[in-house]
Amino acid sequence: MLVQLSHPHRQVEIKGPKRTKELLRELNLVMEAHLVIRGDELVTEDEMLADADQIEIRPVISGGSG
Amino acid sequence: MNCSKCPTSTRAVIGLPRHNAAFCKACFTTFVHEQVARAIKAFKMFAPEDRILVAVSGGKDSLALWHILLALGYRADALYVNLGIGAYSEESHRKVRHYADTVAASHGAKLLVHVVEQEAGAGIRELATILHRPTCSTCGTIKRYQFNRAAVEQEYDVMATGHNLDDEAARLLGNVLHWQNDYLDKQSPTLPASVEGFAKKVKPLCRLSEREIAAYAVVNRIDYIVEECPMAKGSKMILYKEVLNRLETESPGTKQRFYWGFLDKQTTVAPATESMAEKDQRTLAPCTTCGQPTTAGTCSYCKMMAKAKTAAHPRA
Ligand code: SF4
Ligand SMILES: [Zn+2]
Ligand SMILES: [Zn+2]
Repeated sequence: MLVQLSHPHRQVEIKGPKRTKELLRELNLVMEAHLVIRGDELVTEDEMLADADQIEIRPVISGGSG
Repeated sequence: MNCSKCPTSTRAVIGLPRHNAAFCKACFTTFVHEQVARAIKAFKMFAPEDRILVAVSGGKDSLALWHILLALGYRADALYVNLGIGAYSEESHRKVRHYADTVAASHGAKLLVHVVEQEAGAGIRELATILHRPTCSTCGTIKRYQFNRAAVEQEYDVMATGHNLDDEAARLLGNVLHWQNDYLDKQSPTLPASVEGFAKKVKPLCRLSEREIAAYAVVNRIDYIVEECPMAKGSKMILYKEVLNRLETESPGTKQRFYWGFLDKQTTVAPATESMAEKDQRTLAPCTTCGQPTTAGTCSYCKMMAKAKTAAHPRA
């Protein structure tokens, strides 16, 4: 599956099928700091992602001091 | 995972370990609205007839806040401050304008804009260089000043910012690590208009985590800027948030217990010293140049603008 990441903006190819939780673990990302979006729908951590899926992992942490 | 609220098995879009729940789109939107309504009530933020000014940046928190307040039927306009940080400012400005035109306008809400370059003659990064100050602190002074000025001059009852549970928990951690007692006073979700010239300030998203707000934006198709302000890179706040999120992952509810616990103690333990409002009344007086309350004779914003102008026209 094609996985789009941010900060910096990039794409990686990951072998499916795989649960959201496992995908994040494999990329060393914390669930609490990210959303996983398939197409344009949000998915939960136990969702099974298929090889043909378009996935976006979106960081949710922002950090300016203002 | 199925929605824990729907009687029929509807697919959940988000699991919320700290609430021991999972929600479908509709139930999640309701959950978010309820959390905001509870914060507004518990901290006496504003009444249905009040006029609210939302500070928007184009990011998820502030646009979601504007969206939620309009959905709950409040009279909420917004102010965007264009900082003049190249592509980041252009893109965030575009997102805010798009939201204002496509969604807010249909609620009769309007967008106010302040462009830093127009008043100061330079963007925030150039100003920071001229003033020999960190960009974020220059930015903080300008934003605080402009939001307060707009709220007071245009007679809004209250100014609302998109600070969320993660922002407040991270700030609390930083303040506690350095025992910044003075700042602890200012961490309440409602700050009263302590003196003439200061707007009342509220944080209606203080019960929601950063992840919940981003999820709300995705579910409700709010087009926000995902990229960060380039100046935020490597900030202490991000580090504190990462630490808190690791704790949260190990034991869900940590952030909430930390920040809400602090707020509980703040209200039950009577303040030993004078209240924030009393202190403000004792120490603040109108700025000699612009009239906004300040502890110095001339406020830090007016000092900044004066320096910026001398740097631009050294002989004048
Ligand atoms: S990161 Fe710094 S410069 Fe950027 S918006 Fe936040 S406070 Fe301003
Ligand atoms: Zn539901
Ligand atoms: Zn002034």
